[in-house]
Amino acid sequence: MTHLYKLAGNNIVLDTASGAIHAVDDVAWDAIKIYEKVGKEQIQKLLLEKYQELDEKDIIELVSEIEELVNEGKLYTEDTYQAVISSDSQTSLKALCLNVSHMCNMRCTYCFAGKGEYGSQGELMSLETGIRAIDFLIENSGEHHTLDVDFFGGEPLLNWNVVKGIVEYARKAEQGSGREFRFTLTTNALLIDEDVIEFSNKEMYNVVMSLDGRKDINDAMRILPGGKSSYDEILPKIKKLSEAREGREYYIRGTYTRNNLDFFNDIIHMADLGFSMLSLEPVVAMNGQEHSLRSDDLPIIFEQYEQLALEMLKRNKENRGFHFYHYELDLTGGPCIYKRLSGCGVGTEYLAVTPKGELYPCHQLVGEAGFFMGDIWQGVTNSKLKDDFYNSNIYTREKCKTCWARLYCSGGCAANAWHDTGDINDVYELGCELFKKRLECAIMMVVAQNLEKNSNGQ
Amino acid sequence: MKRIITIETRDLVESLKKGGCGECQTSCQSASKTSCAVVNQKCEKMKKSQEDK
Repeated sequence: MTHLYKLAGNNIVLDTASGAIHAVDDVAWDAIKIYEKVGKEQIQKLLLEKYQELDEKDIIELVSEIEELVNEGKLYTEDTYQAVISSDSQTSLKALCLNVSHMCNMRCTYCFAGKGEYGSQGELMSLETGIRAIDFLIENSGEHHTLDVDFFGGEPLLNWNVVKGIVEYARKAEQGSGREFRFTLTTNALLIDEDVIEFSNKEMYNVVMSLDGRKDINDAMRILPGGKSSYDEILPKIKKLSEAREGREYYIRGTYTRNNLDFFNDIIHMADLGFSMLSLEPVVAMNGQEHSLRSDDLPIIFEQYEQLALEMLKRNKENRGFHFYHYELDLTGGPCIYKRLSGCGVGTEYLAVTPKGELYPCHQLVGEAGFFMGDIWQGVTNSKLKDDFYNSNIYTREKCKTCWARLYCSGGCAANAWHDTGDINDVYELGCELFKKRLECAIMMVVAQNLEKNSNGQ
Repeated sequence: MKRIITIETRDLVESLKKGGCGECQTSCQSASKTSCAVVNQKCEKMKKSQEDK
């Protein structure tokens, strides 16, 4: 399968199964479009009719270029990966999302966790439970060396001493176990202080801090109980922490909704504040909510993503670039085919742990009836659910079978699909459209930068 | 005249032979949290071999 698209003056051909990407001129674009459907003579006839400046020799050369790419496995490559999934053994646990707090000190309108409480009464994880979670992860991690733990909530800084205690225990547990922990802290930033900054710099591989962009946009959704502006409260804190990272990873992560379909301005606002690692995600909301995204919104959203890609290219040239998470595409050093087939690991490699030590397939499914998987003492007792997630992949989702982007999204987010359709084996179609657009933009940026290098003779 | 410029990418078919160590970051541990971002991850094996050079 190939995907051909035009964006920002570039003609781009993506060969789905091999991952090869080609920048082509208009003649090659037309030839590649019809190559599999018609014979060489027909290609020659059609192209000579359309491009009168060409002669037969030009077309023969072009067809030979295409044939060469086919022979090299870079065009019209067959997807034969389904057999790999069937023959692969079930994977071990690699990552936990530790919901150390089901309490939150903000009241964000769009929160998928029900004001951070996930339908509970506002619980905090005990250190004992956190320590057991670390042991549970090590015991079930098979051959994995690097184990990922995300401190999440609710707001994890409401249980900061327990976070520190868990990290301290895990570092001791690393010794002699052959494991290495990689911690992430995801916070609304309200309680960031010197201790959080210092400890995070020492222990957290990544710190994700929430901000939605412009002050009015941020404050409309990210609401403080007392009515004060959350933007004013958190901005100095996230600035301080991000500056202290000194090259270590951090992300300023926001959410856009139907209320800011001009979200390009929010990303630029954050970049202009001096933040260089940015992420802005489409809201996850029930259909029909005022702020939920609709298919009618797609044209303006697409336009925003394109504008963002062009602005980033421009700023890169001016040496004032920034990173946008969904455009972070390392085409030479990205994930192998096994990772692309196994997806995000929901319910198999990745589990969420509640403050009480219950297990769920991921943070977005915590507290949902039917998704309880067991606990950190007994382990995964709902093996049917684990099998359901293990057996859910791009070849079991009907809509993925014909989609050119399937080896990039790995079938999409199962939690999004379930929330939208009630079935983890279906897809969240609006999310698919957004993903494909972002991917097209990200690939276009790589192509444009490569062509620029070539034209500069580098 | 060359009408097709192939951009350097990781050959996914080739990665069948060399991939699958399972050490890469779980995507929701990074900055997504509400969407699948597998492709935005880096290959740990390749990252390490670059760092070792």
